[in-house]
Amino acid sequence: MRALHILPALLAAAVTLLSPVAGFAQQASAEREITFGSKIFTESVILGEMAVHLAQSAGARTLHRSELGGTQVLWSALLRGDIDVYPEYTGTLSQEILAGSGVSGEEAIRQALAERGIRMSQILGFNNTYVIGMKEEVAERLGIRTISDLRRHPDLKFGFNNEFMDRGDGWPMLRARYNLPQQDVRGLNHDLAYRGLEDGSIHAMDLYSTDAEIQYYNLRTLEDDLGVFPTYHAVLLYRDDLAARAPEVVATLLQMEGLISEAEMVAMNSRAKLDGMEESVVSADFLVAKQIIDDPQVEVESAVGRLLRNTRAHLYLVSISLMAAILIAVPLGILSARQPRIGQVILGTTGVIQTIPSLALLVFMIPLLGIGEPPAIMAVFLYSLLPIVRNTYTGLHDIPPGIRESAAALGLPSGATLRLVDLPMASRAILAGIKISAVINVGTATLGALIGAGGYGQPILTGIRRDDIGLILEGAVPAAALALVVQGLFELIERVLVPKGLRLKR
Amino acid sequence: MLELTAVSKTYDGTQVLQPIDMTVDQGRTTVLIGPSGCGKSTLIRTMMGLIWPDSGTVRFEGTEVTPTNALLLRRRMGYVIQDGGLFPHLNARGNVSLMARYLGWSQERVESRLAELASLTQFPREGLDRYPVQLSGGQRQRVALMRALMLDPDVLLLDEPLGALDPMIRSELQADLRKIFQTLGKTVVMVTHDMGEAGFFGDTIVLLRDGQIVQQGTLKEMVQSPATPFVQQFINAQRSPLESLRGDSV
Repeated sequence: MRALHILPALLAAAVTLLSPVAGFAQQASAEREITFGSKIFTESVILGEMAVHLAQSAGARTLHRSELGGTQVLWSALLRGDIDVYPEYTGTLSQEILAGSGVSGEEAIRQALAERGIRMSQILGFNNTYVIGMKEEVAERLGIRTISDLRRHPDLKFGFNNEFMDRGDGWPMLRARYNLPQQDVRGLNHDLAYRGLEDGSIHAMDLYSTDAEIQYYNLRTLEDDLGVFPTYHAVLLYRDDLAARAPEVVATLLQMEGLISEAEMVAMNSRAKLDGMEESVVSADFLVAKQIIDDPQVEVESAVGRLLRNTRAHLYLVSISLMAAILIAVPLGILSARQPRIGQVILGTTGVIQTIPSLALLVFMIPLLGIGEPPAIMAVFLYSLLPIVRNTYTGLHDIPPGIRESAAALGLPSGATLRLVDLPMASRAILAGIKISAVINVGTATLGALIGAGGYGQPILTGIRRDDIGLILEGAVPAAALALVVQGLFELIERVLVPKGLRLKR
Repeated sequence: MLELTAVSKTYDGTQVLQPIDMTVDQGRTTVLIGPSGCGKSTLIRTMMGLIWPDSGTVRFEGTEVTPTNALLLRRRMGYVIQDGGLFPHLNARGNVSLMARYLGWSQERVESRLAELASLTQFPREGLDRYPVQLSGGQRQRVALMRALMLDPDVLLLDEPLGALDPMIRSELQADLRKIFQTLGKTVVMVTHDMGEAGFFGDTIVLLRDGQIVQQGTLKEMVQSPATPFVQQFINAQRSPLESLRGDSV
């Protein structure tokens, strides 16, 4: 049971080890920089980019952590001060973020936010609420116009965004209020759901009223005849201290208030999502057309520059997390082999960690470590533990009894036995574990993009969002290559570290 | 040299050693023999402090072997197990000199001791750079013996050292081993299940059965005046067909 106390202590040690590194990296460019956040869908990225352009026009230095994975990630990051500004929706605020306090109505929300040190702009103009969409032909054939009409077709299959599936104002409420009988309802990535509609594997999905795809895929949006969906007016959320720190920037940002109509938002979404235009360009063009700024700085990064940046970020995540995993997992494996009872706890714990879904683990890290590199490194580090601990344990455990006995009979003390006999004998197994971890690590690190840590996951996320295979490959191919390189590297290390006597064929 | 008083051991409810009293004399070779499961291997391990008896004491040159001093005492005992127990990641030289290097012996001292032992055990010098997988079974046992002798121990304990070898190599190594024991004049304790081998090596033979000493003495005494019918049975079971061809002489 003692190990239960040891493990958190080790984790804490790892966190302390990692924090300064990441902290330093951030600090280097932190001087009065304003950090923007956006969610992992095109509209949010466009709004984020728009805010960035405005802030830059007011002379601010900016950082945009775009495509963060989900409302909770952004909200906690805002509370912690990891980001200063992000676009949100009134419906999400009342139904999800402030769900416990039972507020509704703009003023009540503003009040509740103020108590938490957060300010809310006036609405930006459009209402991006949920709608339920079906293929026009299918809806026509079945005679479905309203959500109530769905009751007559219990066999229809629904594919909803995971967030919509779970949140209070999403599917649970819809089902309850409309008394919908459908059983085949699955959680599905939004962008995949469109393709599901196309090939007929689902019949209805959740949409946003400003989605670019409504026209593109020729979808019918079902009338919310009971009026159950709340309004989702876009707003900007920003921290109190930003207003104090850079009032002129905030004033500039607030020019977005009442600026964007629903049609304009659909048009921008369509340019970005369907025409593959950079969000930065789309939002800049809009601001220029509105004569709010005249000379936006739009830096479109070259593919090579992007690859280099992503490679750097990915290597940073992988190298630190893997190094920390080796430093901690090998001793844990040794402890497990030497103290079987503690070993059970250690092996059990590292096994359980492996079963935590990655996004859940990432979100769990945010209150502790914020967003960006530290929580990503921590998560990847945790996922890297099991193979190394397990292989170290097995490698030591499988040393033949005759060898152990001979070492003991020589009169070698325990520490020397470990150093001179046990570890060299187990070196191949330990390195095999490290190799597995390294490869898993390269893969898992792509998830870091969900909490703003960048890396190869970034083009993958953007690619999935824009349905751009090229962009997905821009992350997936280098990630695969890196996995091979890392594996090759450890094969070389194996030649040096595994004693010759163990590599000889009998 | 070694003195066991009322040593007993129980594993999972099975009494492997009944309380045993036994003395190993200085400069003599004592052979522990008996059928499988008689407790002979357990007994030799308790002498080294590799296994702790449930009751009784083991004294090594008058000092009681305890968990505190076992590590130091073991450095004055040499130990060889059936398949040699060589460390596969070290070459022969590394295996033999591991403990000496740990104790900080100089390079010259290690090399000169290695040369002495190689010639004593008739192990080829160039073989010192080979790894265990590259050595034959007989060579591996010579390396294991060198390793056991490296620190010039007061007593040599061998647990079926020739058990895994084929008959030709075995008899060659038997002869060499006996010569080595005679040259060194060391106290030797050896476990075997082969009566011929026991007679070949043993000044004293200790026959065990079910964790008890059945008879103790020379081979001749055992043949001429077996203490129990079991002793006679055990000896007869091991008579080779060649001997029966030659008649009944021992």
